[in-house]
Amino acid sequence: MKSVCLFFQVHQPFRHRRYRFFDIDTDHYYYDDYTNETIMREIAEKSYLPTNEILLKLVDKLEGKFKVAFSITGVALEQFVLYAPEVIESFQKLAKSGCVEFLAETYSHSLASLNDRDIFEKQVKLHEQKIIELFGQKPRVFRNTEMIYSDEIGDKIEKMGYSAILTEGAKHVLGWKSPNYLYASALNPKLKILMRNFKLSDDISFRFSNTNWDKFPLTAEKFVGWLENTEPNEEVINLFLSYGSFGDRQSKESGIFDFLETLSQAIIQNRNLKFATPTEVVEELQPVSVVSVPYPISWADEERDLTAWLGNKMQKEAFDKLYHLKQKMDKCSDTNLIKDWNYLQVSDHFYYMSTKSFSDGEVHNSFNPFDSPYEAFINYMNVLSDFKIRLDLLIPDDKTENEISNLQKNISKKDVKIKKLEAQLIQLQKEKKRRKK
Amino acid sequence: MFGWEFPPHISGGLGTACFGLTKGLAELNNIDVTFVVPKAFGDEDQSAMKLVGANNIPVAKSKIQFDDIQKKIDYYEVNSPIIPYVDEDEFWELKSGKYSKKSQFIETDEGFKIDFSGKYELNLLEEIYNYAAVAGIIAGNTDFDIIHAHDWLAYPAGIAAKNISGKPLVIHVHATEFDRSGGNINRKVYSIEREGMELADKIIAVSNFTKNIITDKYGISPHKITTVYNAVEPVFRKNSNKINKHINEKVVTFLGRITQQKGPEYFIEAANLVLKKTDGVRFVMAGSGDMMNAMITRIAELGIADKFSFTGFLEGGDVQKMFQLTDVFVMPSVSEPFGIVPLEAMQSEVPVIISNQSGVSEILENAIKINFWDTYAMADAIFGLLNYPALSSYFKEEGKTEVDKLRWIDSAQKVLEVYKLALVK
Repeated sequence: MKSVCLFFQVHQPFRHRRYRFFDIDTDHYYYDDYTNETIMREIAEKSYLPTNEILLKLVDKLEGKFKVAFSITGVALEQFVLYAPEVIESFQKLAKSGCVEFLAETYSHSLASLNDRDIFEKQVKLHEQKIIELFGQKPRVFRNTEMIYSDEIGDKIEKMGYSAILTEGAKHVLGWKSPNYLYASALNPKLKILMRNFKLSDDISFRFSNTNWDKFPLTAEKFVGWLENTEPNEEVINLFLSYGSFGDRQSKESGIFDFLETLSQAIIQNRNLKFATPTEVVEELQPVSVVSVPYPISWADEERDLTAWLGNKMQKEAFDKLYHLKQKMDKCSDTNLIKDWNYLQVSDHFYYMSTKSFSDGEVHNSFNPFDSPYEAFINYMNVLSDFKIRLDLLIPDDKTENEISNLQKNISKKDVKIKKLEAQLIQLQKEKKRRKK
Repeated sequence: MFGWEFPPHISGGLGTACFGLTKGLAELNNIDVTFVVPKAFGDEDQSAMKLVGANNIPVAKSKIQFDDIQKKIDYYEVNSPIIPYVDEDEFWELKSGKYSKKSQFIETDEGFKIDFSGKYELNLLEEIYNYAAVAGIIAGNTDFDIIHAHDWLAYPAGIAAKNISGKPLVIHVHATEFDRSGGNINRKVYSIEREGMELADKIIAVSNFTKNIITDKYGISPHKITTVYNAVEPVFRKNSNKINKHINEKVVTFLGRITQQKGPEYFIEAANLVLKKTDGVRFVMAGSGDMMNAMITRIAELGIADKFSFTGFLEGGDVQKMFQLTDVFVMPSVSEPFGIVPLEAMQSEVPVIISNQSGVSEILENAIKINFWDTYAMADAIFGLLNYPALSSYFKEEGKTEVDKLRWIDSAQKVLEVYKLALVK
């Protein structure tokens, strides 16, 4: 029996407002509330709420046989609280059903896994707390930002106590191997890897309503046929999608909701197929082989690498300048700064600076609030400059700090000495008086 | 080919573009170009020219050999005593050069509208029609397949040549009266332009921006118009002795005529915003023009005169030097049919900010594009380029790579396609 592992990513960034350089050091509010609220309301109504509704129905109707996994970023959850609290409620209902697994990830949907272990761990822990608090589940499987994965990241994850990670079944990593098995990390085989079947996943999320596609129209029956017709001994088909695929990228009118419903029923009715959450997959299956990923992969673009976020000089500079502040952030306990720090790390900011859109096109442009990558970079750096000023004010440079503490030490040493000398002086004066007598 | 100017005697981008395109065409096979200009500069070697009969039609013929191309381009010069120039400054510059005593000067404004002063009574429009008459005669004596006329000064010449020879006419629009005048158009110039466009078999526009003006303001069918972008001559840095910056300031440069069309006032307003926040920046305005005094007044009013430098009109070599000193180049043009200067800046590895109201913005990727009136965005871009080194180093590298790919031979190839279409008709 083959398992179908259904996973959805839910993420929305806090988009920055147009932050000009003359705002630096005068205005410390960075966010475009109007846009953020508008987008959140729109996608909640078009996609998240109706899809959740269908999932709840399926959970109910299919008596626990329907299973699905989510990773919802911390910044998305914060925005739900602000702009669409009913979405949280509906996710909570799903959580109670026992058919939904919530995965761990970075709080900010950040690129911290590529930088510092401490920052990364902090981000993951912060997210975990939020998930426990809202959904009463402690995540066991990890899903990194945009499916970013490498051997090194896998090792970190395993040491943090997660049993498995989700990533892209990238061709250049798998080679002749099929994504439809459970794998283990070459560097640390204790960590299991679930590889996304990008062909079947993208058939739903990208091609579903494409009339130029030779397989159009896609029906549940057809899709189940494809699932069944995978190699006989293949064990798991990982369908990892962005949650906005339902109702947003594929509109309601395209029939995507009906498709989701009928497909789920057809899978359960099929003798050779069943649903499984990532944790169930890891418990039920044995890894068939190890996968070695020395250089990070992701699910973005044709290259499946990091170039969408860290492909050009501007992106690298912004990334370096951001994480350059990490030592100071360690000492920072100001809640406003910590909040901004979390929002600054959101990977979308780096995505907006990508110059790949010139060649790689639509996907990049459609999510970008900026007219050009240069504007995105300037805007981000302006915000970061202001943030740095605030941080420096609170936690001065190490140099000055050291100097001050050195001086203070000196002063206190001298204080002690002065007291000693004073005491001696008094002693001597007393002796003098005595002698006179 | 008819054009009003040809290097080295140029007043702006037109002559440069004509030269580049002619050279590009010469690189293609089977194209021979005859270029006719009204000869206006006495500093050329007149001994090499046969001047044909007086009032009548003084024609000079010489052969120009391009360095790297075996082919020769015929280069006719009509001896015109007129030098159209733009303002008083330039007039004095021209006047102080070595010109034959016969040369006379008339004063024109941006739109080549003639501003008569008692001293310079010659009429430019008259001259254009004299030029056209000569064109007709040349057309009668020469064997050719197609006529190509650059900008309005040469349209009547093109039409005359067409009337006499019956050969198809292609007109090349490098600018329109609407760009030069800022809406306050000269009727006569407009009607010459419109006549040229109507009588032409095909029209080449230097950008879609210009193509749109031709269709909207002159009522020409878009099917007749093809956009062919300009390119830029590659620079081979012969003397690599870079100028050392002696000032410890970052330099932001405006280079072009200081006229309404080029948007100098927006540059100043943006500079003022930048200066409120940063020190150690110098703004340079290289060029001259009728708005210069107004600009100086404005700078004084804002109290930022100590941060501004005016260089006056820069000659060929000085432009290169200026770019070597420049950290950011800004072209805030209000209406720019193409705009070749940013390409030259990029060749010198200078990051550029250009307005969306320019033809060149249609082809450039590695440039910051803003609307000319949005001084806040302009200031922000300047600030970003000065303060975030990754941005300027990105542009230095990528901009150079991009601009090196723009070649005149590719533009010439497209012009050839237009010729073929015109000949089929």
